[in-house]
Amino acid sequence: MPYKKSSIWSALDWFSILLYITMIISGWFSICGASYEFENVGWFNPSGRPGSQLIWIALSFVLIFIILMMDGNFFNVFAYAIYAIVVFVLILTIFIAPDIKGSHSWLVLGPYLRIQPAEFAKFATALALAKFMSAYGFRLKSLKNYAIALSLICFPFICILLQKETGSALIFMAFFLMLYREGMSGYVLLAGINAITFFVISLKYSESIVGITPLGEMITLGLVQIITVILGCIVKPNSLQTKIFIGITVGTYTLAYIASEFIPINFIWVTSGLLIGTIGGLIFLAIKNWIYNYLLVILFAGISVGFIYSVDYVFDKMLEPHQQTRIKVSLGLEDDPRGVGYNVNQSKIAIGSGGFLGKGFLNGTQTKLKYVPEQDTDFIFCTVGEEKGFMGSSIVIILFTIFIIRLYILAEKQKTVFARIYGYCVASIFFIHVLINIGMVTGITPVIGIPLPFFSYGGSSLWGFTLLLFIFLRLDATRKER
Amino acid sequence: MATNVKYDLERRRYILSGTVLIVSFIFITRLFYLQVIDNEYKMWADSNAFLKKTLYPSRGMIYDRNGKLLVFNQPAYDVMLIMSETKPFDTLDFCSSVRITKVQFDKQIAEIKDKRQNPGYSAYVPQVFMKQLSAQDYGALQEKLYKFPGFYIQNRTIREYSYPNAALLLGNIGEVSKQDIAGDNYYVQGEYSGRSGVERSYESTLRGEKGVEILLRDARGRIQGKYENGNYDQPPVSGKNIKLSLNIDLQILGEELMSNKVGSIVMLEPATGEILCMVSAPSFDPGILVGRQRGRNHAALEADPLKPLFDRSLMGTYPPGSTFKPAMGLIYLQEGVITTETHYSCIGGYPLLGAKPKCHGHPSPLSIIPAIATSCNAFFCWGLHDMIDNRRRYSSAQEGLDVWREHLRGMGYGRRLGIDLPGEKSGQIPNSKMYNRLYKNRWVSSTIISVAIGQGEVLATPIQMCNLASTIANRGYFYTPHIVREIEGSTLDSIYMEKNYTSIDKQHYDILAQGMRAAVTGGTCRGIALPNIEICGKTGTAQTPFGKDNSIFIGFAPYNNPKVAIAILVEHGGFGASVAVPIAKLMLDKYFNGEISPENKYLENDFKNRVILPRNAI
Repeated sequence: MPYKKSSIWSALDWFSILLYITMIISGWFSICGASYEFENVGWFNPSGRPGSQLIWIALSFVLIFIILMMDGNFFNVFAYAIYAIVVFVLILTIFIAPDIKGSHSWLVLGPYLRIQPAEFAKFATALALAKFMSAYGFRLKSLKNYAIALSLICFPFICILLQKETGSALIFMAFFLMLYREGMSGYVLLAGINAITFFVISLKYSESIVGITPLGEMITLGLVQIITVILGCIVKPNSLQTKIFIGITVGTYTLAYIASEFIPINFIWVTSGLLIGTIGGLIFLAIKNWIYNYLLVILFAGISVGFIYSVDYVFDKMLEPHQQTRIKVSLGLEDDPRGVGYNVNQSKIAIGSGGFLGKGFLNGTQTKLKYVPEQDTDFIFCTVGEEKGFMGSSIVIILFTIFIIRLYILAEKQKTVFARIYGYCVASIFFIHVLINIGMVTGITPVIGIPLPFFSYGGSSLWGFTLLLFIFLRLDATRKER
Repeated sequence: MATNVKYDLERRRYILSGTVLIVSFIFITRLFYLQVIDNEYKMWADSNAFLKKTLYPSRGMIYDRNGKLLVFNQPAYDVMLIMSETKPFDTLDFCSSVRITKVQFDKQIAEIKDKRQNPGYSAYVPQVFMKQLSAQDYGALQEKLYKFPGFYIQNRTIREYSYPNAALLLGNIGEVSKQDIAGDNYYVQGEYSGRSGVERSYESTLRGEKGVEILLRDARGRIQGKYENGNYDQPPVSGKNIKLSLNIDLQILGEELMSNKVGSIVMLEPATGEILCMVSAPSFDPGILVGRQRGRNHAALEADPLKPLFDRSLMGTYPPGSTFKPAMGLIYLQEGVITTETHYSCIGGYPLLGAKPKCHGHPSPLSIIPAIATSCNAFFCWGLHDMIDNRRRYSSAQEGLDVWREHLRGMGYGRRLGIDLPGEKSGQIPNSKMYNRLYKNRWVSSTIISVAIGQGEVLATPIQMCNLASTIANRGYFYTPHIVREIEGSTLDSIYMEKNYTSIDKQHYDILAQGMRAAVTGGTCRGIALPNIEICGKTGTAQTPFGKDNSIFIGFAPYNNPKVAIAILVEHGGFGASVAVPIAKLMLDKYFNGEISPENKYLENDFKNRVILPRNAI
């Protein structure tokens, strides 16, 4: 027994733990700064936020101890059971949770205790996916396997959507990064990025017109045409048709550009013509040479064009008005500083006013005077930005970067598929959290309310992240134990 | 193949890690832009969090030359309202405390909430509910204030006047106009500045420097305390006190003597150019242009047909009439047109134009001293004739007239003297171009003869008339008239410390002084004689387009080492000797003896009660 115990401690990845502790402590000081008021109740008073966060942190260490004391196989064996329990609680939550700020995601267990099951859905889903995909002989090729894996993701995802916690639900995108590592085609991710790009460009430039050419339509269609040509060329790189495709595309655009100096030209027609020509050429080549991949390229072009022309419809008809506004504000299409854009605007002001070195601990006027809503939870990074300046906030981002990359490296080192898949899930979840949260507070991405791991105030999220991380570190330790 | 696939998949960790690196690079770039490059956010943060509260300095006080306090500050009380803090209260009780009706109350609340009228409205920030509550109403409200949550009292100061006199001279304070704000970035909308008189011309001295208190304001507009414990606050600097050259006792007497009359009294100290009193009649109490009644009272004064807001001493331009003759005499002597021995004939008028303009009974022919003493019109008409019609002297009448004009400008006529009060007019001295235009280049002295006796195209302000007396008193120079004697901790503008020499030699002034002395001892203004004081004077009876002549007097005293110069003008007062002279006598009596002598008491009562107003104004 003493032998085993000492081996667990020595087998742990102390580098990750050091990063974890560093961020928890920095996070606690940020919460002190964010909740500091003129009549301060004291940082260690449990009725204040810093005080209660201290309790959550202490309890996290208890949790860590319990996880580390468990057998490494426990999580593999009980993966489905944990998943089932969490999904059950998620479903239960939809019906019994009270309305708190528009969402039904909190289970109220008492006057001082309420938890958000969605925070625990991440590690449970990761475990279930790891279990399923590490089964003997599993290959991410068959449609059935894909379907089951996607269902494992979608079930909690839909539950969380029904709780009106869109932000937490979006975190499930992280599992696609893991799927990519496990063999999913990179084109799926590229298609996703493409779709977002087209969506943003066609919305952002939908009103702009250059000459007689509508800019948004032109850029998106042009991108589709060029990507189609490039994809077509990748299929058979050094062939004659490749040179013809490139030559015609470059030649036509050059001619059209020169001609537009003399007569007004609607480039939509030029691009459409080229696109139709390219697709026609590809169909001809596909049939003539019987090359299956050309059909995929044609499929890409067709779906893209369809997507572009349905963006407006999707945007207007399928999104809620507040979601539309949030997207428009983050694209800079709407300036509404007192309304939806208020949070982002105040957040940018708070961060921007920090300057290079920051105003110093507890000296942030914007956060202290409560200009930034949700400043100790989702917008906690504002406090870092204002009080610690560019230096401090860059250090926090660098810490996260090292932490996430460290997790990816550890995940790749795993000897069991289960641990590797779980590790990739963990690293990707942290990555998506940081991506969306920092993107939101710096005004790059739309406002999606999710916490910044280890920094944001809140027991559920802290526990969720702690569980997520330390189950992986426990699995990692098992690797060395043997 | 299988190992290849596995190898490919292992390589994907680099793509994922690379993505993480790219994203963090984008974030750091973004932060660098927000925090280091773009300064706009820092400004916004300051305007978010800092409420810069202006601390108003107390305005400088104004004293008369003997140290009597004329203008000072009194506390006034603004009722402020923070809408978000109000709770239901007894509106009628509140209305009765501040003496307004329920309708006015509702209207006021609606105006405060109206974003168009009140763009800075916030329910969390104090709004002005009522301005300048009197001390009584304040007392009544203060007792009950606890019943009206959300209402506060803010202390302010308003001007208070010790005497109901010298309104135009002291001036008043009003809200700054848009032009003021555009012209001087010291002011903000809703602040006050001097609108007229000394309050205006010495605004920058009296106002002091505003201070600022930096308060921290939270997202809901509530004040959370001082920034850095007030280390960056700036206390206000009080305005400087000003001591005027005004003698308030003379001013009061002047205004009383001029009551129910229209006109002006100006008294200067020739040795310094200091204004001793400057009355513009009709006058009014400066106290009525303070506080909540200011707007209404100002409108009433503007509507008054006698124009009490029009400062006749500085802005009224009148034909100076015979008071102009000393200036003419000086020019003739200087130009060598006449000597003391030159005699001109008078046939009860100017002989060359068929005894017009007419004259009074006096010996003829006569020289300059008796001509001044008897105010002989013919003498000065002859003089003008011999001056500008003499081709050996000047090549043309035009040249002669322009020489004449330059001398007059040197004496302060036809231009602004540069007094330290706003609104001074330049009067009018015609030049040759003006007559060329009027008479198609064909004119001689006869054409323009009325300027020789201060009529026609010649116009002067009472201060210019007084300045002539002052120059003769000084025998050839004057100090620019000014009303401010001392500025606390500062010095006067140098233009008020310099002697302005005229283009006339001193010995000619001696002659004119003798003439004006003779006018008192045995000429037109014998009535002014006071025992033991050698007064010199010159009456004027200036024709006006309608109504009786203006009654004018200029003078100085004593003959040697003069202490005071005086000009009186009473519109439509008739002969100079009958109205202006006795008023001047009373003013000089008061000036030299401190009190009106017993033998002049009846005269004082007479003039205080005499009504000389245009018929349509009575």
